[in-house]
Amino acid sequence: MSAAAAIKGWLKPLPTLYKVSLADAVAYRGQALIWLLSTNTPLIMLLLWNAVAAEAPVGRWGQAEFRAYFLVTLIVRLLSGAWVAWEINMEVRDGSIAGRLLKPLHPFMAYAFENLASWPVRLVMTAPVVVTAAYLVGTEHVTHDWRQWLLFPLALFGGWLLQFCAMLAIGCLSFFWQSTLAIGELWFGLYVVFSGYIIPLELFPPWALAIVTKLPWAHILTTPVRLALGLDTFEQSLLQVGEQWAYIAVFLLLATWLWRKGVQRYEAFGG
Amino acid sequence: MNIVVDHLAKHYRVHSRAAGAMAALRSLFVRKYDVVRAVDDISFTIGKGERVGFLGPNGAGKTTTLKTLAGLLKPTSGTVRVGDFTPNERRPEFLRAVMLVTGQKNQLLWDLPPADTFELNRAIYDVPRADFTPRMKELVELLEIGDIVKKPTRQLSLGERMKCELAAALVHQPMLLFLDEPTIGLDVTMQALVRRFIRTYSERHGATVLLTSHDMDDVSAICDRVVIINHGKLSYDGSIGELVVKTRPEKRVTFTLSESVSAEAVQRLGRVVKSSERVVTLQVEQSQLKTVIAGALQTLPVADLTVESAPLEEVLADVFARARGAA
Repeated sequence: MSAAAAIKGWLKPLPTLYKVSLADAVAYRGQALIWLLSTNTPLIMLLLWNAVAAEAPVGRWGQAEFRAYFLVTLIVRLLSGAWVAWEINMEVRDGSIAGRLLKPLHPFMAYAFENLASWPVRLVMTAPVVVTAAYLVGTEHVTHDWRQWLLFPLALFGGWLLQFCAMLAIGCLSFFWQSTLAIGELWFGLYVVFSGYIIPLELFPPWALAIVTKLPWAHILTTPVRLALGLDTFEQSLLQVGEQWAYIAVFLLLATWLWRKGVQRYEAFGG
Repeated sequence: MNIVVDHLAKHYRVHSRAAGAMAALRSLFVRKYDVVRAVDDISFTIGKGERVGFLGPNGAGKTTTLKTLAGLLKPTSGTVRVGDFTPNERRPEFLRAVMLVTGQKNQLLWDLPPADTFELNRAIYDVPRADFTPRMKELVELLEIGDIVKKPTRQLSLGERMKCELAAALVHQPMLLFLDEPTIGLDVTMQALVRRFIRTYSERHGATVLLTSHDMDDVSAICDRVVIINHGKLSYDGSIGELVVKTRPEKRVTFTLSESVSAEAVQRLGRVVKSSERVVTLQVEQSQLKTVIAGALQTLPVADLTVESAPLEEVLADVFARARGAA
């Protein structure tokens, strides 16, 4: 079989997979709403930092800057969430991973499309936040460089993909160790601190800033957020997005390697 | 699809430790492992279109064998060939030709109607719409699921779900079916329907069926051949009829009497295995069959009689007990 035919064979089922996964994602509207409400940390941080900045700005961050930052953070967070590590862990533990292994579709593709299927639901739920943000913040604090707007979807998708690939790698550890969800929790804990979720990374001490901006968590959230807010030059943004996609490649390779080793172990031990 | 299994062995290394806190603490530093020989040097071949039951007590190695043939497990040693494929390579062409259904796991999307899972499998297995539509019509009719395929899976009963599982697994018309306890938990009517369906599907499409079950009715209704695995070893491979004759050559003769008789009158004829007021079952050597029946017809008020072999459950219990004794 030629490479083109193999790729065509891979791509062919994806529209149906997406449609069915979308139907699955909207099956529970209440669940989606609860998830939306549970992702409210940026709004709480907005209130906190708004109060801090009421008396005097923190560096170059005044109240308006904090409002813009945390509303955009909320949007990026809602669109870049991925939880595939939990799915893989559950499937390895209850044995349903066998069903995936016996289908002529690579499980990574299936997981990715099942995850992406929730995007329309997330977009619908994010829309009120976007409208509110536009009303409260105006367009003053977002980028006016059209090149950055062109780059933004790539950075946003990259944020999701990086989180997804990292979760994939963590999920694959379930083949070796049942308690991988603890690593998932640790990853999320580090994400909260080092992604810019609760504090703009710019407010870290300079020595720490130099480190945290190079870590993967910053590239999940801060990269698209700073791009949307136009906090960096286009050239700086381009470099950050480049680093983001380099991380994606690293985590994808790591996940692929772990998957291969994990499946070999599963074949040897039966899960 | 032909299956050739040659000296297949599957061994697992299992961590073991004694009970108690100290043992748990010690196991953090020093781990002890045991080797479990789940399948130990078995060989057999299965021809295209055969229906074979894998039998054995719990932990005998049936499911391990089935999973190895399906490509989920890699043999520790020996070889397995299914058609032109080595199963654990899981080539797409191989995966398009086989299916595994287990009674305890399901592939149906829980919150969506089974029809969505059928559609998803159609896309994944690249089944042309022109083939899919009549195939689904056939499956829906055979399995009697016309009125449930559009209800969310979570609202279906266990039996309804199992029927839809089978339909979903057959969307791509596999030529090799691996069935692991397919009727577990189903009521009698549903069990009968599933058994009938599997046999009909196999006969109609020439599909090979490999089945593991603890329910002997499954095996006798679906399979013509049985492979008995015990302690990872193959202890019998042949037809059900031969197994019964070999293990329990005696026949069961049941007399329905028009009036009650004394216990002595019946015991004179042979060993009584079951008795109620007017129905008596005797266990009789094959060579004594004619004599015993003739004697009964002369001495007892016989209204009706049937001659049967020993039930498969009892035959297998004997086989397993002998194997335990030999071990």
